[in-house]
This record gives sequence, C-alpha cells and structure tokens, in this order.
Amino acid sequence: MVLATSFLQDNNFIDALYILAVILFILGLRGLSGPQSAVRGNKIAAVGMAIAVAATLLKKGVLPDGETLLLIVVGIAIGTAIGIPAALRVKMTQIPQMVALFNGVGGGAVALIAWAEYRRRFPGADGDWTLKAEIPSLFAAIIGSISFWGSNIAFAKLQEILPGKPIKLPGQQLLNLLLLVVAVGSAIALAAGVHSQALFVLGILVAAGVLGNMVVLPIGGADMPVVISLLNAFTGLSAAAAGIALDNFALIVAGTIVGASGSILTNLMAVAMNRSVPSIIAGGFGGGGELPAAAGGGDADRGPVRSTSAQDVAIQLSYARQVVVVPGYGMAVAQAQHAVRELSRALESKGVEVRFAIHPVAGRMPGHMNVLLAEADVPYDQLKEMDEINPEFGRTDVSLIIGANDVTNPAANNDPGSPIYGMPILEVNRSSSVIVLKRSMSSGFAGIDNPLFYDPKTAMLFGDARASVSAITSEVQSL
Amino acid sequence: MNLVTEIGILVLAAFVGFEVISKVPNTLHTPLMSGTNAIHGIVLLGGLLVIGESSGFLSKLLLVIAIAFGTINVIGGFLVTDRMLGMFKRKPVVRADAEREAGS
Repeated sequence: MVLATSFLQDNNFIDALYILAVILFILGLRGLSGPQSAVRGNKIAAVGMAIAVAATLLKKGVLPDGETLLLIVVGIAIGTAIGIPAALRVKMTQIPQMVALFNGVGGGAVALIAWAEYRRRFPGADGDWTLKAEIPSLFAAIIGSISFWGSNIAFAKLQEILPGKPIKLPGQQLLNLLLLVVAVGSAIALAAGVHSQALFVLGILVAAGVLGNMVVLPIGGADMPVVISLLNAFTGLSAAAAGIALDNFALIVAGTIVGASGSILTNLMAVAMNRSVPSIIAGGFGGGGELPAAAGGGDADRGPVRSTSAQDVAIQLSYARQVVVVPGYGMAVAQAQHAVRELSRALESKGVEVRFAIHPVAGRMPGHMNVLLAEADVPYDQLKEMDEINPEFGRTDVSLIIGANDVTNPAANNDPGSPIYGMPILEVNRSSSVIVLKRSMSSGFAGIDNPLFYDPKTAMLFGDARASVSAITSEVQSL
Repeated sequence: MNLVTEIGILVLAAFVGFEVISKVPNTLHTPLMSGTNAIHGIVLLGGLLVIGESSGFLSKLLLVIAIAFGTINVIGGFLVTDRMLGMFKRKPVVRADAEREAGS
C-alpha cells in the first residue's frame, strides 16, 4: 500500500500521465479535422483533461490537508454548477458570446493564480521566487487580465448588453499605449525587486484590465469573432506562461497549442475579411471618419429599392431550377434556421435544386452558419463553401439572401473606394435574380452601404427573417 | 525544469499546434475555437497546484475563484463543443465524405 502510494505520487509517474493527457489533446484536436471524427475528438480531449486534473491531484504536496481538499472541492463544485447549465442552456445562436465568456473566465483564472502566487512568494520574500518563475507570472497576469476584461466586453457586445457599434473615446490610442506602458513598467519594477502588492494589483491587474476594456470597446461587432479568437490565443499563451512559472509540463504544452491554434484562426478570419489583425485591433470598421465619405461615391448611380411580397418570392423560387440560399447573422438572430430548412424541403419536393452558400465569416464566427444549419438538419453536402459555390452563381436562377449583407456586397469587387474593397464575397449579383430578406434598409454590421440592394434584379422582402421564410414556405406549399 | 528546456517544449508545442490546426476545415472553425477554448481551461491545474501551499484568507479565496473559473472554462467548453458537434448529423456527412473521397 505504501509502495503503491509512493509510486502514484512519483513525479515521473505524474509526468507520464501529463504526457498521456497531452497526446489525447493533440489526437482530439486532430479529430476536429472532419465532422465525422469531431465528436469523438472532443471527447478524447476531455478525457485528456480529466487525466491531467487527476494527475495533478495525485502530486505530492497538492493535497496537504483536509481544508485544501475542501476548498478544491468547493471551487470545482461552483464551477460545475455554473458551467454545466450555461453550456446546456445556451442557444446555438449565442455560441459566439458563450465562447467569449468561457474564454474570459480562463483568462481570469490565470490572472488570479498569478496574484495568489505573488502573495505567496513576496510577503515572506525569502528569495525563492526566481526570475524564471516571476517574469512568466507577471506576463501571465497582464495577458490573463487583458483576456478576462476584453472577453467580457466582447460578450456584452455580442449579447447586445453594450451596443455593437464601435465606442470611441478621444485620445484612445494614446491612452491604450499609456496603459500598456504602465503595466509593462510595473512588471519591470516588480521583477527588479520592488515589493509592493499595491503595485501588482493596480499597476498590473487593473491597468491591464482597463486596457482589455479599452482595446475591445472601439471594435465593431463585425470584427468581434476575430477578437475572440485573438483573446483565445492570449489566454492560451498566458496559461503556457503560468506553466513555465509553475514548472508544469501539461500547462506549457496545452497552453501553447491553444496559443498557436488561436493565432492561426485569427489570421484565417482576418484574411477572409481582407483585413489585417493590427487594423482590427486599432478599432477599424466604422471607427474612422473616412467611411461615410468612401461609401458616398456610389450615391449617384443608385436606383430605387424594389420591395416584393412573400407570394411573389414563392412563385419565383418554385419555378427556379437552382436556388442558392445565402444565410447570415440575420438568420441566426431570427432563429430562422428551422424555417429555412422547411422552405428548402418544400422547394426540393417541387424539384428545385437548393444549395447553401456559406461565406467563411458569415454570422459572427467562421462556421457559425454551418452549426445552425446542421442543428436544423440541413444535409452537410448541401452546404457549399465560397470557392465551391461562386462559379455556380452564373447558372443560378435565384439567390435568396437571408439576413446576410456585407458578405454579398459587390462593392468589395468593383469599388476601390469601399472600405471592404478586396474582401472575397459570394458573387450573388451574377445570378439571374436576387431576393434579399432583411429587417430594414439599415446597413450591415460593418456599417457599409450595399449597392446590391439597388440592383434592378434585386427584390427586397422586409420583415423578420423567420416570419418571412415561413410565409414563403406556406405560399410555396399552396402553389 | 530549466528555462531553456521549457522554451524548447514550448516551441515544439507551437509547431504541433500549427500543424494540427491547419488541417481543420472552415466549417468546423466554431467548434474548433470552442474546443481549444476548453483546453486552455487547463489553467485549472495551476490553481490546484498552488492552493495547498498558499496561506491567508485572500489568497485562498482568489484560488477558489480561480479553480471555479477554470472548471467553468473546462466543463462549459467541452460540453458546448459536444452539443455543437452533435448537430452535424452523421448520415449525410458520411455521404459527403464518400463523395469527396471518390472525387479525389
């Protein structure tokens, strides 16, 4: 028994468990490369996490007394009691903000651990906190704090607690720079030997926290997925830094993998929007005064907007050979994915070929539309990615745009003055006719006017996306 | 572990991260973001490692909150990812994959 216990507590055994956990993380992520293996991949990664947690609890000194055990149980119980219902209740349309929130608490955990480490190491100041442990801790505190507060703002914007439009303050860039200088300066002072908990809390946690708020506030809602992805990478990196500080192999590897993947995703998304990450962080779209002027160029040749009725749309769709549906965030907001599925079934029963064109950044997260349509049982092979569907538009009879806007804006192709010029779009304007379901004529999330709406072959059907789609469906069925 | 070893591990892990993630198709980016999000909940380990050695009410409180946060991150993250992925229905998926394989 004693032998068994000492074996279980052996650091080599624990490190072996960590290696196993890390292997499971990597296998799990690799499973995410296909929809078939993805469910299992996620479970494999979860098993890896359970092993990592169990290994840590076995480690000698982690559970010195009953009080510690009790505190750990309380912490995990609170986390479970909040995490499970939150994850089970969230609507699929709200996934982006949920990810932001989960990301934020991760960053918050890193910052709090760094603070506790500071308190443990410094008041006694017995000199056992080496710079090798201290510098990564300070780094983790700064990044974790930025990530926590930044993610909360991202959540609030997506949940529409805060307005999605960019919030600008005068002198913001300068203030951000100042806050960064304060945080880094405080870190340097602490590392150089200044002992002050006030400096740690105010100079690092508070300054970085305010910085996190200030950086995300001016960013428009359209760019929010990129921001969440970036903050996700940040939290990963801060976890890796905490791993170096605590000499923990699992934290270093898992944190770095997340940091690397988050960076890739951030970059992929930015490329899909034809934007650079720095310009997004600088508070791009809708942030600068030059936008209205740039969009104004198209005013002269703008025709009238043609609005249509559900009945007309139904006739047009029913007698089409090929219909391409372009879903966007409007579909998500209206919870219209099931209604859309009904419509596509009704059309298919009339022999119409229905395809779904998914722009890489449709919705507020890449893949967001796929998740929603999958939820509504739309077969996976009807969902086409941009490169696959764009050549098809030439022989498409009707493009049905449901709550999408910027991703169909032809200005991206032919108006060099447009702020989104160069962004790859779904070329719906090449199809014979276009129907746009939209709540009103207001501009898209990016705040840019869309000349597509004034195209003579475009008809607009105003109203809530779900109500409109249901109305069209019943008209189609009664034909 | 010494710092250089740890930086070595970090660099190699970054390459693994890049390699593994580059293969993920666009359609699965949201579950991927959510899944990696769950994995950085590994900071939970940090809280577990430190709490036993800490003393004082404030330190313990900070760490209990950190452990709760980490748990939310882990459990919430994996569950949400699982729910999302569960919606990618199996049957049509098999067909789509078979077509893709036949095409390539």
